[in-house]
Amino acid sequence: MSARDRILAKLRGKQPAQPGTLPDLSAHYTPRARGETKAARLARFRTGIEGFHAEVHVSSEADWPALLTRLCADKQVGTLMYGASTPAGRRLTGAGCGATTLRPWAGQVEDIKADLFHRVDAGFTQARGAIAETGSLIVWSSPDEPRSLSLVPPIHFALLDAATIHPTFYDALVSENWAAGLPTNALLISGPSKTADIQQTLAYGAHGPKELVVLVINAEGDAE
Amino acid sequence: MSTQAQNTAGQPIAFVSAQALRARMHDAVNDAHLRQSFRGAMDFLMAKRAAQFPDEGELDSLRGLSEAIRQYSLSKLPDLLEQLEANLTRNGIQVHWAETPDEANAIMLGIARRHQARLIVKGKSMVSEEIEFNHAMEAAGVGALESDMGEYIVQLAGEKPSHIIMPAIHQTKQQIAKLFAEHIPGVDYTDNVDALIQIGRRVLREKFEIADIGLSGVNFAVAETGTLCLVENEGNGRMCTTVPKVHIAITGIEKVIEKLEHVAPLFSILTRSATGQAVSTYFNMISGPRRGDDRDGPEEVHLVLLDNGRSQAYADEQLRKTLQCIRCGACMNHCPVYTRIGGHAYGTTYPGPIGKIVSPHMMGLEQTHLLPTASSLCGACGEVCPVKIPIPELLIRLRGEAQSAPHANPAMVGQGAGYDAKISLLWKLWARLYARPATYRAFTWLATRLRFLTPKQQSGWTAARTPLKPAPRRLRDMVKDRR
Repeated sequence: MSARDRILAKLRGKQPAQPGTLPDLSAHYTPRARGETKAARLARFRTGIEGFHAEVHVSSEADWPALLTRLCADKQVGTLMYGASTPAGRRLTGAGCGATTLRPWAGQVEDIKADLFHRVDAGFTQARGAIAETGSLIVWSSPDEPRSLSLVPPIHFALLDAATIHPTFYDALVSENWAAGLPTNALLISGPSKTADIQQTLAYGAHGPKELVVLVINAEGDAE
Repeated sequence: MSTQAQNTAGQPIAFVSAQALRARMHDAVNDAHLRQSFRGAMDFLMAKRAAQFPDEGELDSLRGLSEAIRQYSLSKLPDLLEQLEANLTRNGIQVHWAETPDEANAIMLGIARRHQARLIVKGKSMVSEEIEFNHAMEAAGVGALESDMGEYIVQLAGEKPSHIIMPAIHQTKQQIAKLFAEHIPGVDYTDNVDALIQIGRRVLREKFEIADIGLSGVNFAVAETGTLCLVENEGNGRMCTTVPKVHIAITGIEKVIEKLEHVAPLFSILTRSATGQAVSTYFNMISGPRRGDDRDGPEEVHLVLLDNGRSQAYADEQLRKTLQCIRCGACMNHCPVYTRIGGHAYGTTYPGPIGKIVSPHMMGLEQTHLLPTASSLCGACGEVCPVKIPIPELLIRLRGEAQSAPHANPAMVGQGAGYDAKISLLWKLWARLYARPATYRAFTWLATRLRFLTPKQQSGWTAARTPLKPAPRRLRDMVKDRR
């Protein structure tokens, strides 16, 4: 018998005859639903993620490339890496990024690893959505926007459509039926990387990005 | 049973004898500096947790739900493990099973050898501590480097974590500054926390870039989707599971849950209970290696499922509740004993209340029978547990298992290890005396008259207290006088 079979046999021998009842999650979440407006959700998301030291800039579908260009200039980003074949990537390719060099992700990570670690100043990805309750971005990796793009460069710019902000993580999981198909890597990101491992003193920029900058596309247009 | 006994005997976790344990606790209590560190840190963590639960009704409901999810998952544990294995395999993740720490290390060493790995970078994993992974790899000539800042500090210092969430909580920034200056080439002494973290970042980034394998733990394994979930703040967990060509995850068999939606409440109550954060910086859900058109991510992902005594806890309905644990550490943050002695005094991988109830299954009661007695049974641990593990009840149960006379078919390896025939007889006599009014009357009559015979030294009692002496007159006599 293999270790697997022995472990399973031990557990099976003592397993309760009847499985427990499937917990009802909606009984917890439904009565606590807020029924808030899109603007209120955006405000709650913003308060949450700013509390975790992220920068949030509200913009519009038309203006965000210009905003990104300005932010890159302010932060002296020499090279910005992005996925060129996403809708946002195509916009960016067309608009350019001022003095910042736009570098599309090309090839496998092995081909560009040294540059990614040492020469790319910022990564740009789209967020799939966000969570108002906790101030979290939902980021799904894809061939266009691989896992490392939001991890290795010191600054992470994320583009978020305000219409995709869910009230809670539970709402996102259920309403979009994530269980039906997840990418190889799905992430919630709530601020730049941090640690409090030395005397409970909070320090940012532990191993991941030192800065997280969120550009929000708000169709109702209450830009800053 | 015999294999279990052997496992326990071959268990590499540092064994602390009863005498040594008492001495360590004594030393810890008398170390004012250590006590101050832990007191400060625990007060900080308790306040942060409390701030996360302003609505008591929400907390009650969420705890009830989290307990229900964990109990439901355990009720289907073998089925869920099989479902998890099938779905992980479908996703391209290779699943391995290990009954003992040695088996787990051998599996991982096999993977390392196959890839001719020289360096493994590690994300935080208490299970890897439990099996002494670093030592096993070192002995085989493979480097294993901790990359969580706290774990990195602890590894540099040649220590073990003193807290499951904040491993270096016992170290001051001055101690860490000294450690870095001594061990990292080209680093001058600085006790500026930001500077220290940037030094760690620089050193470890070089390692992420060149490491052959990344190792991580698992917070939740989702059966229906074949997904491994990791909770972290630093990004080192993402580095370990993203950059090296091979990712190995290791976890206890109890960490599996059935539905993806079950992660929402568990994740929320985990971070709020652990560090008082509404959410951690990263929640990383891994459902496969680099696949299809993916441009990065590991080419191989492995999961090692470890038993190491968990199936023993599973076999008993009451002890099974131990396995509900989601490893938040709230029980230690709120424990008056842990706060005073710190994490190292226990001598086990998992310190504090959770350590006292889980270690006996991993190491056997021979080595751990004193642990459940290192408690005042104040109940704080049970009150804050996010999945409502009745820790005080389990401590009493384990005391009973340890101190009852050895019997056939015990629920645990080492049952009766703390049994002392003399003490047991004494308690039996005491029970008889107190259960019979006539004998009790006779005893107290005698005791008041022979009180001059009471010894001045009463073993443990008089170490810190005045000796016990019967009163000159019995209560019953005094009451009689007043009538």
